[in-house]
Amino acid sequence: MPSLDDLRKRISSVKSTQKITKAMKMVAAAKLRKAQENAEKGRPYSEKMKNIINNLANSIIEKETAPKLIAGTGQDKTYLCVLMTADRGLCGGFNTNICRLAKTNFQKIIKEGKTLKIITVGTKGLDQIKRDYGKYVIQKLSFKERKKISFQEAEEVGKIILDLFHKNEFDKCILFYNNFKNVITQIPQAQQIIPAKKEKASSKSTTNDFYEFEPEEDEILENLLPKNISTQIFKAFLENAASEQGSRMTAMDNATRNAGELVEKLTINYNRTRQASITKELIEIISGAESL
Amino acid sequence: MSEKFNLEIISPNEIVLKSEAEEVIIPAFEGQMTILKDHIALITYLRPGYIKVSNSNKKEVFFVEEGTVEFSKNNLLILSSNVINVKDLTGTIKENIIKDSTAKLSSNEISDKERYILSYKIESLKEIAQ
Repeated sequence: MPSLDDLRKRISSVKSTQKITKAMKMVAAAKLRKAQENAEKGRPYSEKMKNIINNLANSIIEKETAPKLIAGTGQDKTYLCVLMTADRGLCGGFNTNICRLAKTNFQKIIKEGKTLKIITVGTKGLDQIKRDYGKYVIQKLSFKERKKISFQEAEEVGKIILDLFHKNEFDKCILFYNNFKNVITQIPQAQQIIPAKKEKASSKSTTNDFYEFEPEEDEILENLLPKNISTQIFKAFLENAASEQGSRMTAMDNATRNAGELVEKLTINYNRTRQASITKELIEIISGAESL
Repeated sequence: MSEKFNLEIISPNEIVLKSEAEEVIIPAFEGQMTILKDHIALITYLRPGYIKVSNSNKKEVFFVEEGTVEFSKNNLLILSSNVINVKDLTGTIKENIIKDSTAKLSSNEISDKERYILSYKIESLKEIAQ
């Protein structure tokens, strides 16, 4: 049985933890709104970009000269995985979910006897995979110091990936991030960005328009595809940012509630112990008086 | 009959402009291009320069560094990671860009294509300064 003093200390400690989690929840909620707005604003750009590329790709698909970024290197040996996580913890299963998905993919790649290379963006993901897959990590990126993630950061990451691709360092590139669905649901995603997956053109979006290209198709594609990589990465950044805040908000909400329950339990316990000791003292006094 | 078509200028951060337009002049990679209603379907990309939008006597000008343009079925779509309304392009911002670009231009490590792009960037920025 813990003493009264111990109980009192525990209650106050849980209460102050509750204050912290509550504050974190509020901050996350405020940041979430901004991040969500940004993610939603960013969607049209990446969607339209995808459309244009689809339209372009459809018109040159038969050509053998199609750029490697869309057609692939023709090999399937080396995989580059880009693991995008947060720089901060205390956000529920956010980082763990991405890492879990990434790890199952890593296992599969290794089992098939292919070479694995990993780039981590954000420190938390690195921490989680360091033990098992540390030797595969070729580059660690973190934008912890930057206040706001803008398109520039995405371009930086994109450039690193493209440089590696031009040096024939890998054949396929997969991006891991959390897709923001709503505050409670975030879906970890593995998206292949190189070579660009050809999507089956749905009957709705197929335009049988014959586009006029200026300059030639190949040249436009060469200009557009690297941009598309940056765009996809930027999209992943935005989705991740919103997911992180959403996940943190939910986690902190739960933590606050749990702390409340714990305080309640402890208080009952505390009161009972106090009552017990009072009763005990009374019995001692009474039985002492009786024995006289 | 209206002579207008739909125009959308989108940057990664936001939809910059979504309206109708009568005439849009874009700085396409191989030279300026004017787009009017019922233009043939077109895909091209941009070099640094000005997008000039005219809509019933209202005129708006945007500075872009790069971008991709698609026109089909009277919908003009301009995707650019770097769009600035010329109204917001004040002296210091402009000078900084010019300074950066000039510095890059003088280094020897850039390709001819980059050189071409940078010189256009500087030229077009100086042009508006006058």
